[in-house]
Amino acid sequence: MNLFIDQMINGISVGSVYALVALGYTMVYGIVKLINFAHGDIIMVSSYFLMVFLRKAGLPFPLAILLSVALSGALGAIVEKLAYKPLRGAPRINVLITAIGVSILLQNVFAWVFKQDNPASMPALLDGAINIGGVSISKISVLTILVSVILMVTLSLLIKYTKMGKAMRAVSEDSGAAALMGINVDTTVSATFIIGSALAAVAGVLFASTYRLINPFMGSDFGLKAFIAAVLGGIGIIPGAMIGGFIMGVVESLAKGYVSTIFADTIVFTILIVILIFKPSGLLGKNIKEKV
Amino acid sequence: MLLEVNDIGITFGGLRAVMGFNMGVDKDEIVGLIGPNGAGKTTVFNLLTGVYTPTEGKIIFDQKDITGKKTNVINNLGIARTFQNIRLFKSMSVIDNVKVAYNQNMKYNELQGVFKFGLYKKEEAELHEKALNLLDVFGLKGEAEENAGNLPYGKQRKLEIARALGTGPKLLLLDEPAAGMNPSETAELMEIIRLVKDKFRVSILLIEHDMSLVMNICERLYVLDYGSLIASGPPEEIKNNQDVISAYLGE
Repeated sequence: MNLFIDQMINGISVGSVYALVALGYTMVYGIVKLINFAHGDIIMVSSYFLMVFLRKAGLPFPLAILLSVALSGALGAIVEKLAYKPLRGAPRINVLITAIGVSILLQNVFAWVFKQDNPASMPALLDGAINIGGVSISKISVLTILVSVILMVTLSLLIKYTKMGKAMRAVSEDSGAAALMGINVDTTVSATFIIGSALAAVAGVLFASTYRLINPFMGSDFGLKAFIAAVLGGIGIIPGAMIGGFIMGVVESLAKGYVSTIFADTIVFTILIVILIFKPSGLLGKNIKEKV
Repeated sequence: MLLEVNDIGITFGGLRAVMGFNMGVDKDEIVGLIGPNGAGKTTVFNLLTGVYTPTEGKIIFDQKDITGKKTNVINNLGIARTFQNIRLFKSMSVIDNVKVAYNQNMKYNELQGVFKFGLYKKEEAELHEKALNLLDVFGLKGEAEENAGNLPYGKQRKLEIARALGTGPKLLLLDEPAAGMNPSETAELMEIIRLVKDKFRVSILLIEHDMSLVMNICERLYVLDYGSLIASGPPEEIKNNQDVISAYLGE
């Protein structure tokens, strides 16, 4: 029973990080119909920023985290402006290839800059564990779950109730009509990239603080799983990304605990394939039309 | 003149879709743009709203040159439109469709939005009131919280007009507002168009194939054929214009 609870908590913790990253994939897909393959690398970028600010610049944790998240969010917007925006209106496959190119570029730039420090180790953000009813939970897991849930709730409120959220929904549905209703599509797309990248950056901070070891290629594996979580929930659908992330995390964690660490990914992907056979557009997806 | 179009034209590849086109719309006027299918009427709308940039000519709106300006900027300056094939934000609620149109006049920041304090509360409360009043004009108040995509066709057409008005236009472009409507719905639409003009103090330029509507409510007409202006004037004159008759009947 203890193993089960441990693995569940672990799974929810990892899953909430997947969900944060999946949100970025799904928001960007919803608004510009692009699978942003460079999105996963934002996790890596923010981890390295954090490492530099903490270890090289000696900044305190809160400031280092804030700066890493802000810079990573800005990087997301810059990538969009430089690499994707010029290709708006081009066939989707071209933009997709560009995204893969950006991903490879980011990985290799960081591998080159940090070659002395690869993999790099991170200082601990939170040590120790708390005890709830005989179950011991590491503090960093608690923090991860809390932060993720707060961010997801905030994002949902933003999208549902604010003018920016309304603009995002309008642009994702019909960017032409949105522009004709006075909405600045470029600003809205930039905002989407900034928010998505900042969420991934927070995921990166939490991930790096949990595993304490980072490398320039960590984003692709983690990003791939988050992307699959987004597809599993129904790409373009925001609650879908959250649900998909948690399912991924829990299934993976249970598989690791009860079957084997080596086969965990195999089991996760098998379940995904089975789900997608029966629900091809994802758990919350509708087969008829695509929308956020 | 509120809108002045001087010799505009646009070429797509080798095709001259519109050429040497001139027109004007005055304050408080209802003007019709008619012509056979494929004459270039919707292209003119797309030029006026910045969807296309004219390859020649100039568009002056409210004393400002808006030629080549971005779509959202032109809308902010005061030109709003509806679409031939309805383009509502179908998965958003009816009221959100209207609210999103008011976006450009909202001043609160996103932090206030997420945590619902300060300016957000005041502005959103006012916005809600304004949006409901606007929907009420079109008899859509009862459906405010429904998904726009679930409305019946006629109401979707009305919502498109309401949404366009939400942007606070001085000139409203209606692209075939009566398409797919039966005679009694068309009659109701005419009333709405007149009401919109008076209540919201907007000028209206409309594309329409329904001649009863055009003849009834338009003060002046422009007739396009093969991308060129072939006639303009009051409906009575246009009705008897030989060029117009042959363009429609293909003589």
